[in-house]
Amino acid sequence: MTKLDRVTSRAVCFTAENINTDQIIPARFLKRIDKTGFGDLLFADLRPTEVFGLPDARQRQILIAGANFGSGSSREHAVWAIRDFEFRVLISTSFADIFKENSLKNGVLAIELDPEQYRQLLGAVRKSPETELTADLAQQRVSFKGLALHFNVNSFSKTCLLEGLDEMGYILRHEAEISAFEREFPSLA
Amino acid sequence: MQPKTLYDKIWESHIVVPETDAPAILFVDLHLIHEVTSPQAFDEIKKRGLRVRRTDLTVATADHSIPTTTRVLSAADDEMAFLQVTALEKNCKEFGIPLYGLGSPQQGIVHVIGPELGVTQPGKTIVCGDSHTSTHGAFGALAFGIGTTEVGYVLASQCLLQRKAKNFEIRVDGQFKNGVTAKDVILYVISRIGVGGGTGHVFEYTGSAVRSMNMDARMTLCNMSIEGGARAGMVAPDDTTFEYLAGRPHAPKGADWDKALSRWRTLKTDDGAQYDRQLSIDAGAVERMISFGTNPGMSISITGVIPDDDTEELRRALEYMDLRPGQPLLGHPIDVVFIGSCTNSRLSDLRAAAEILRGRKVAPNVRTVVVPGSQQIKRLAEDEGLDRIFKEAVAEWRESGCSMCIAMNADRLEPGQYSISTSNRNFEGRQGPGGRTLLASPLTAAASAVTGRVTDLRRMLNL
Repeated sequence: MTKLDRVTSRAVCFTAENINTDQIIPARFLKRIDKTGFGDLLFADLRPTEVFGLPDARQRQILIAGANFGSGSSREHAVWAIRDFEFRVLISTSFADIFKENSLKNGVLAIELDPEQYRQLLGAVRKSPETELTADLAQQRVSFKGLALHFNVNSFSKTCLLEGLDEMGYILRHEAEISAFEREFPSLA
Repeated sequence: MQPKTLYDKIWESHIVVPETDAPAILFVDLHLIHEVTSPQAFDEIKKRGLRVRRTDLTVATADHSIPTTTRVLSAADDEMAFLQVTALEKNCKEFGIPLYGLGSPQQGIVHVIGPELGVTQPGKTIVCGDSHTSTHGAFGALAFGIGTTEVGYVLASQCLLQRKAKNFEIRVDGQFKNGVTAKDVILYVISRIGVGGGTGHVFEYTGSAVRSMNMDARMTLCNMSIEGGARAGMVAPDDTTFEYLAGRPHAPKGADWDKALSRWRTLKTDDGAQYDRQLSIDAGAVERMISFGTNPGMSISITGVIPDDDTEELRRALEYMDLRPGQPLLGHPIDVVFIGSCTNSRLSDLRAAAEILRGRKVAPNVRTVVVPGSQQIKRLAEDEGLDRIFKEAVAEWRESGCSMCIAMNADRLEPGQYSISTSNRNFEGRQGPGGRTLLASPLTAAASAVTGRVTDLRRMLNL
């Protein structure tokens, strides 16, 4: 897993609600068998002006998104496109379950703020779109011009990102438990 | 002992390492794989020099990017798809995974063949790199979609890192009106709770109306749980489930069957178990539904009018669909009818469509494509003569695959076209860039194919 601790960057605000992974990356681009090069295909059909109207969108590492971002398909290609576009931090009031998992596994921090904090942040960023904000995972804080907003993250996900934990390696270190489970519950299949 | 829900029971019986600060390590009983979300996962385990831990619990098919007009995929037709399907074949061969590939008589949409082969069973944990894995919950399994990184974890360890979700009961009691199907029920549910309404939850569908559904209908219901934001949806197994499974190629046999049956009969929510959320629906109040917007939550009764809520999301959706608030959908011209997908491509779906199309012809300006969910369904349908009904109605009768549900293959809408589709997603561009999708049941789709317009089958049949 790619490490992530602190990101300081200007933000992109694209706050439409229920943006699904078909909109993040349309299915016709899912035929590639590697993980790279998806950045140019981000929002390929949607082409939101909130993103592509910014000449420096690809230099901005923080995306402020709308509620239930990443709904629909489980395609991890959506997160590969986001990461490849150079976004490392996503901020919303909620993310779809599978998308949120996929983000974590690719070193992309999905921060959920409560609606009041979110409004505060969005208002401030919309007022001064060129100012940098900092997402600090260790401190669990998004800060911007004297504003500091605390966010929750479970301690395991936090450690995973801060230390770049290899989750597959973590599971495989439990080989003894997995083997014991298999012996105790042999499948009928 | 504290009463438990069906989900609680299956969750608890698969814990390898309990949840603490870290997620639980959960054992997976069945891993389904397909060509689109697996190649990068195989690359990862190869890079690490790992093997597939349980090839006996892994089943593969090719369904998303394949053609449905022929059983041959050539590099000349679609080089990318060819490479993807070839990668799946190579990976399955290298690691010893059973593959029901393009030429196989058992090939089909991954969520159709699992149940058909009998590998989908009550009480199992089932995962696949595909969000519609929720379909298998119809058998009282805990089944959910995962990302490609997680596909790699399951290949290597047969386990996943998971946190327990919350329980959400969707109870449907009573009798449906004529022409109301499982598809209408799930569109109605999502229109009530919204596309994010089930986030963090597992749906359990209960009530007399769910009990009365056959397995195909229960699969339709569970299939679209993800469209309501829930990763999984489930129905407690009963005699309908067991009858479906008995004699399937991979179902337990003889003494194993009896043993399995006594275990499966315990798979139900205990009296007094608490759900975190509940929604109760009167089956008689569910109308025949159709979607009008760009997510499945934007659905109305087929005789209704498009709402005029003042939201940016709705404004944008209606702009994309070229529809207006207050407008009825009945009578709206359509260009394409698609009957298929992991939602509605099973034998009873095809029978329902054929019942409407028997002795009728589709409107001359409408292209109607009927795509069975599997080669086995195709054969069964042909044995009953359904293919002749479709062909005589001038509908296209295809080989099995995902086809126009996802437009990763040659089947897609042209920009601006309207389709009535029995699939699960009306997202912008889902059936092809610029295409406009109206989701509905096979009955409504077939009735609309005949008239070339959005049609209420009850009016057409004077029900």
